Amino acid sequence: MTQLWDFSGGIHPAENKHQSTARPIRVAALPEHLILPLQQHIGEPATALVKVGDRVLKGEKVADVTNGLGVPVHAPTSGIIESIAQLPVPHPSGMTDWCITLRPDGEDQWVELQPFADYRSLERDQVLDMIRDAGIAGLGGAGFPTDIKLRPPRDRKVATLILNGAECEPYITADDMTMRERAEEVLAGFKVMAWLLRPERCVIGIEDNKPEAIAALRAATEGTQIELAVIPTKYPSGGEKQLIQILTGMEVPSGGIPADIGVMCQNIGTAVAMSQLIFEGKPLISRTITITGEAVREPGNFEALIGTPVQHLLEQASLQPDQVNRLVMGGPMMGYTLTTTAVPIVKTSNCVIAATASELPAPPPEQACIRCGMCAEACPMELLPQQLFWYSKATEFEKAEHLNLFDCIECGACSYVCPSSIPLVQYYRYAKGEIRVQRAEQLKADRARERFEARQERLEREQQEKELRRKERAKAAAEAQAKKKAEAEKAAAEGEAVDERSAKSALVQQALARKKAKTEAAATAKELAAAPAESAVEKPDLEALEKQLTQAQAKLETMQGMLEDAKAQQADNVDKLERAVAKNHDRVDRTQKALTEAREQLARNAETQTPD
Amino acid sequence: MAFAQQSSPHARRARSTSQVMLWVILAALPGLLAQTLFFGWGNLINVVWCIAVALASEAAILKLRNKPIAFFLKDNTAAVTGLLLGLSLPQFAPWWVSGIAVISAIVMAKQLYGGLGSNPFNPAMVGYALVLISFPVAMTTNWAEPALLWQGAPSFTDTLQAIASAQLTVVDGWTMATPLDEYKHKIGSLTAAEVTSHPSFGDGVARGWEWVNAAFLAGGLVLIGLRIITWHIPVSFLAGLGVMSLAFGSNADQYAPLSLHLLAGGTMLGAFFIATDPVSAATSHQGKLIYGAGIGVLIYLIRTWGSYPDAVAFSVLLMNFAVPFIDHYTPPRTYGHHKARRGAPGRNQG
Repeated sequence: MTQLWDFSGGIHPAENKHQSTARPIRVAALPEHLILPLQQHIGEPATALVKVGDRVLKGEKVADVTNGLGVPVHAPTSGIIESIAQLPVPHPSGMTDWCITLRPDGEDQWVELQPFADYRSLERDQVLDMIRDAGIAGLGGAGFPTDIKLRPPRDRKVATLILNGAECEPYITADDMTMRERAEEVLAGFKVMAWLLRPERCVIGIEDNKPEAIAALRAATEGTQIELAVIPTKYPSGGEKQLIQILTGMEVPSGGIPADIGVMCQNIGTAVAMSQLIFEGKPLISRTITITGEAVREPGNFEALIGTPVQHLLEQASLQPDQVNRLVMGGPMMGYTLTTTAVPIVKTSNCVIAATASELPAPPPEQACIRCGMCAEACPMELLPQQLFWYSKATEFEKAEHLNLFDCIECGACSYVCPSSIPLVQYYRYAKGEIRVQRAEQLKADRARERFEARQERLEREQQEKELRRKERAKAAAEAQAKKKAEAEKAAAEGEAVDERSAKSALVQQALARKKAKTEAAATAKELAAAPAESAVEKPDLEALEKQLTQAQAKLETMQGMLEDAKAQQADNVDKLERAVAKNHDRVDRTQKALTEAREQLARNAETQTPD
Repeated sequence: MAFAQQSSPHARRARSTSQVMLWVILAALPGLLAQTLFFGWGNLINVVWCIAVALASEAAILKLRNKPIAFFLKDNTAAVTGLLLGLSLPQFAPWWVSGIAVISAIVMAKQLYGGLGSNPFNPAMVGYALVLISFPVAMTTNWAEPALLWQGAPSFTDTLQAIASAQLTVVDGWTMATPLDEYKHKIGSLTAAEVTSHPSFGDGVARGWEWVNAAFLAGGLVLIGLRIITWHIPVSFLAGLGVMSLAFGSNADQYAPLSLHLLAGGTMLGAFFIATDPVSAATSHQGKLIYGAGIGVLIYLIRTWGSYPDAVAFSVLLMNFAVPFIDHYTPPRTYGHHKARRGAPGRNQG
């Protein structure tokens, strides 16, 4: 018997699972169109690899992610690409996104399939690449690419591999029916994962409200080292963090991932997809989905192609259109409402509930929080839901964050029990969203500031360089002038003929001398301005001086860095930079001296003042 | 077709605040029954009167505040406040004393702070403390003599007339000092045996009172069983009181014994129905334990060394003061964190 731990909180909502377990999994009929969103889950959207009008075979790659996190999308059947356009996708916001629409030709003609039943003879990396190529992403939660999940960092050895068969949400039975009917496949896929990760312990967690699935798995695990852990039914035991706590007694650190404590959870559907890839060579083109709710006459589970419109599946389950009041994608605790039945199912879709008005009635109006604390009793993360609610409502986000708002898994247990009918989770989502926006804006502001400072620095540097060049030119000109003068004197000594020219040159020289004097005066003024402490200020501004010194030192360092770079590249401005470095060196020395003087003066001031 | 748009969760448990409050009222009925059986009609009349005044004053204030009256009255919280006052006031408290208690509870302690959920102090106890300080004679001399309803207790009409009269006190033969009062004031000069020979003690711990307390205890256990309240506050309340009694008052010839502390006065009503008012209590488990224990200790201190025979109202109000402080330092440790994040943001990040 596997040792089990309990997680705090949790609720026991009406299960409503029996409605959809009465029938075996049915294969959904081929719909008229298949709509394949380019983004089906977490990560980057895929890029279409096909053009409108192309004929594709079943299992052919039609889109792939070239850059970043993601997996390819495959044609679920053979047919013609009809369009690549913005269409409604399953998303809480009811938004549209890019989708490939495929018109099936009815032939269901496969590409050539390459099973690798003897996967153990392959390199693990090869198998992982195959998994990515087959478009396998987690069929539970957020749809994280499975190949990446199965490649934990070297320092995060997975000691415990968990297969999550808890399926704690009411109504959903997709995993339950899969385990009942396809236990061998589940096990085969799980074994592939185990081979990839080489964990010390493999355990399947399953809630005790699924006796048939437990029996099927028990038979399938007979004689293997895979543990079957039957856990008490309590929502949300299938939450990754909760299941890990139940099966290992360990907690995933806040902000961390299960691999941080040597644990990994995989989904039942993902295991089946793995098995189909390895033993049949098939990419992920279909999944099991529960179609239930009182508005369908024949609720049950369907093996449906990815991209099948929800409308088509509801019809397969004998929808009574006039009965539907609320259409939920996912379970009644964490699912989201759909605005249209035109959306397709994607790799992460596990359930559609067509609920009548009496089945999922509109919540009564929100009453005042009476601080009864039932939410805190129900919270599986041991948060303080009512405090989070006040702070979220009062937009005191800092306090909400301090009370670990971001550890909330939005399981809905608090809202479920709230006697005042407060939509708590909605408040938390709002607060999280606002905080994320604020953070993004802060980041933007920081970047803008950095850019501005960099620009200021560059402008100053350019100004200095210009000054340097100008001085050089002036020096060269003066030298040339001196040479000319010498020549002129020589010429004058040689004869009177050049009188006129020499007079002119004298005038020019005078002008130059005036200009030089002016420049020097300006420089002195600038230095005075730059070092106000040197002027007769009673109380030297130590802070300003210190700041100046740091700035000067920083600039010197930059200059030296540039000089070294220039030297390394044998650039032609090496000597110029050398001079600049020397100049900055002087400046640093000067400022330092000024600072010391100022400090001394301050000390003197202090001395003269103490006797008073 | 337009589908209903709703944020998750879509399923909800069907237990509203109104129902929670209704359960509190139902669970208090055994206590009321015991009070009526052992002390006559006084409490029942008080309860009806107090609930009526509570609903009326709540409605009046809601109207002034332009709030939907029916929506808020239906939450049953005003009724609970009225009920608690009716249960805890002396049986022969004049109608206007209880009226003032209820009106100040609803108007001052609850609605002026923003209504349900916003009041820092237990409204019923604010009303109780106010009339106890303002009308000490009416509040200490009007306790009914323990007499079985069918045997010796004043009739319903007599009781009603006594309550309805403007007099501060009623016919002498109907009232009697409470056991806690009696013990407190006589134990200095008499032995325990002599004190308990007074008719208010009877054969058990405290005549009538022991049954009333037992009935409130039973009702409270029902509330815990229904998960309307948690065990933390009642248990720590009784533990605080019990530990203090055992530590300081083990000599019955000097101080009231533990049995009297537990079974006389408003102990069980306070522990299960008053201190557990969620709005003004601490929130986390740890906080509730501190809060409840604090009330228990304060009750002992005031009963033993203070000038009032009973002390539930003052103790609850004093600990209400401490709630924000307790809450600030007793957040639970969140899953995945090494320790709880105490205090304000920016400090003690854990």
